[in-house]
Amino acid sequence: MRNGAHLRCDDVVKTFDGVRALAGVSFKFAPSGITAIIGPNGAGKTTLLNVLTGFLRPDGGHCFLGDLEITHLRPHQIARLGVARTFQDLRLVLQATVLDNVMLARPLQRGERLLAALLRLGVSKQEASNRERAMDLLGFVGLEGMGQDLSSELSYGQQKLLTLACCLATEAQVLLLDEPVAGVHPEMASRILNLLRHLRDAGKLVVFVEHDMRFVRELADAVIAMDDGKVIAQGAPRDVLERPEIIEAYVA
Amino acid sequence: MEYLFHVVVIISIYAVLASSLDLIAGHAGLVSVSHAAFYGLGAYMAALVTVYFRAHFLLGMLAGITVVVAASLVVSLPSLRLRDDYFAIATFAFQLILSNLLNDWVTVTRGALGISGIPRPVIFGWEPRSNLEFAALGLSLVAVAHVVVGRLTTSPFGRVLRAIREDEVFAQSLGKDTLRFKVTVFGIAAMLASCAGALYAHYMTYIDATSFTLNESMLVLSMVIIGGAGSRWGPLFGAAVLVIIPEALRFVGFPGPLAAKLRQLSYGGLLVFMLMVRPRGLVGRYGFGR
Repeated sequence: MRNGAHLRCDDVVKTFDGVRALAGVSFKFAPSGITAIIGPNGAGKTTLLNVLTGFLRPDGGHCFLGDLEITHLRPHQIARLGVARTFQDLRLVLQATVLDNVMLARPLQRGERLLAALLRLGVSKQEASNRERAMDLLGFVGLEGMGQDLSSELSYGQQKLLTLACCLATEAQVLLLDEPVAGVHPEMASRILNLLRHLRDAGKLVVFVEHDMRFVRELADAVIAMDDGKVIAQGAPRDVLERPEIIEAYVA
Repeated sequence: MEYLFHVVVIISIYAVLASSLDLIAGHAGLVSVSHAAFYGLGAYMAALVTVYFRAHFLLGMLAGITVVVAASLVVSLPSLRLRDDYFAIATFAFQLILSNLLNDWVTVTRGALGISGIPRPVIFGWEPRSNLEFAALGLSLVAVAHVVVGRLTTSPFGRVLRAIREDEVFAQSLGKDTLRFKVTVFGIAAMLASCAGALYAHYMTYIDATSFTLNESMLVLSMVIIGGAGSRWGPLFGAAVLVIIPEALRFVGFPGPLAAKLRQLSYGGLLVFMLMVRPRGLVGRYGFGR
């Protein structure tokens, strides 16, 4: 994990069958705080998250975490460097318990190595401490007492909270969240908002893609606006969100 | 009684095969149809090393494990980078290649003649001769396989396998090197199949390629599905059921050719019945078809 390392990308290009999803995107995130990425559908926001987390290889350009180039690293390698993410479509192990999902996310587990798993070398002690940390995180996101429930039994909003708990369980410094409150009840959205503020206060960098401008205004320290695969504006929310081209891009 | 113990030996061999295949197909959700190829490779290596080089049973088994693990890497490393469907196709291709190799590489495998005169095993001075003693050996191997599979699947290693089964992208996003897990588990399953092959070769004292065909792979996969994928006891139940049913048919008194066809029919019928009525198998955790 790289505390305080800047996440940045330089001139990133990604095309799908000749269509430019990212057309030379460059910017640098602050090492901590909350940045929102906004833009209409098809602007390239999710593609950008996929490139930053290694799920897509860019056709051009470079991504860095601090001084380390991460452009061609595989997703798990980037995650291990302290960049966790959630997805637009919920991704969880639905047939496993809530607790198991969070414990799965814990880093550097001895019991994931073949010999240690077979011989149970030092596994139970680490499992106990991972379980304790997982329970803490479930409490933090408001899912205390639900550890033994199947993930599939949770409501949609609770599943969103669980994905957040999983991200936090990786002990990542950078959290990339794709539409964290989309389709969520307002009460649950406000709980997520408060959690993200806590994470900012704890010194993490939270980057989220969002369409809900009220949520963006309330939460973000900085906004990156994208359209047609390009960054069209970036800066403080009140500066970016009032710009005519942003309003036009959204209305269009 | 000798006949009953013979059935126990055969159930033991299939129980090891089904348990090991369940590691890949049940727990990790990767459908493989090449298990008989690894089983056959283990049997042939054990036979060749002990017949031609007069080597010890355990050395033959070790040779089988080594070759099978190497072969599993050749199959899994390129194919497991791709989507699940391609992995199934790659295992299908490997099964066909190996079946042809065992049949056609006459100078080594003796082709259709098979390898005969495979010696009975000697393990630390103990030489099982009766079916009862072989049943004890077979059940010991089942116990080893059961412990290996149980330890892997109830540890954090198994937690990652289940995550791969349900959502590999999610597992990767949490920092899990899913390719490593899939290659490892495929190698372990192949290794156990190889041990079952060695036991089969030394028990039967004769092997030929017809015992290690695609049909055999499908039979083992059927055992996993019918017994129940992703459970500790399901594959063992599946193996017992699919060995006992055709054995029971022997006593009904059908003429030989009809009995053989009925056996095939019973496998297919049972598989279709289970998939329709109880897709999770007898005691399974996961259904096939997601």
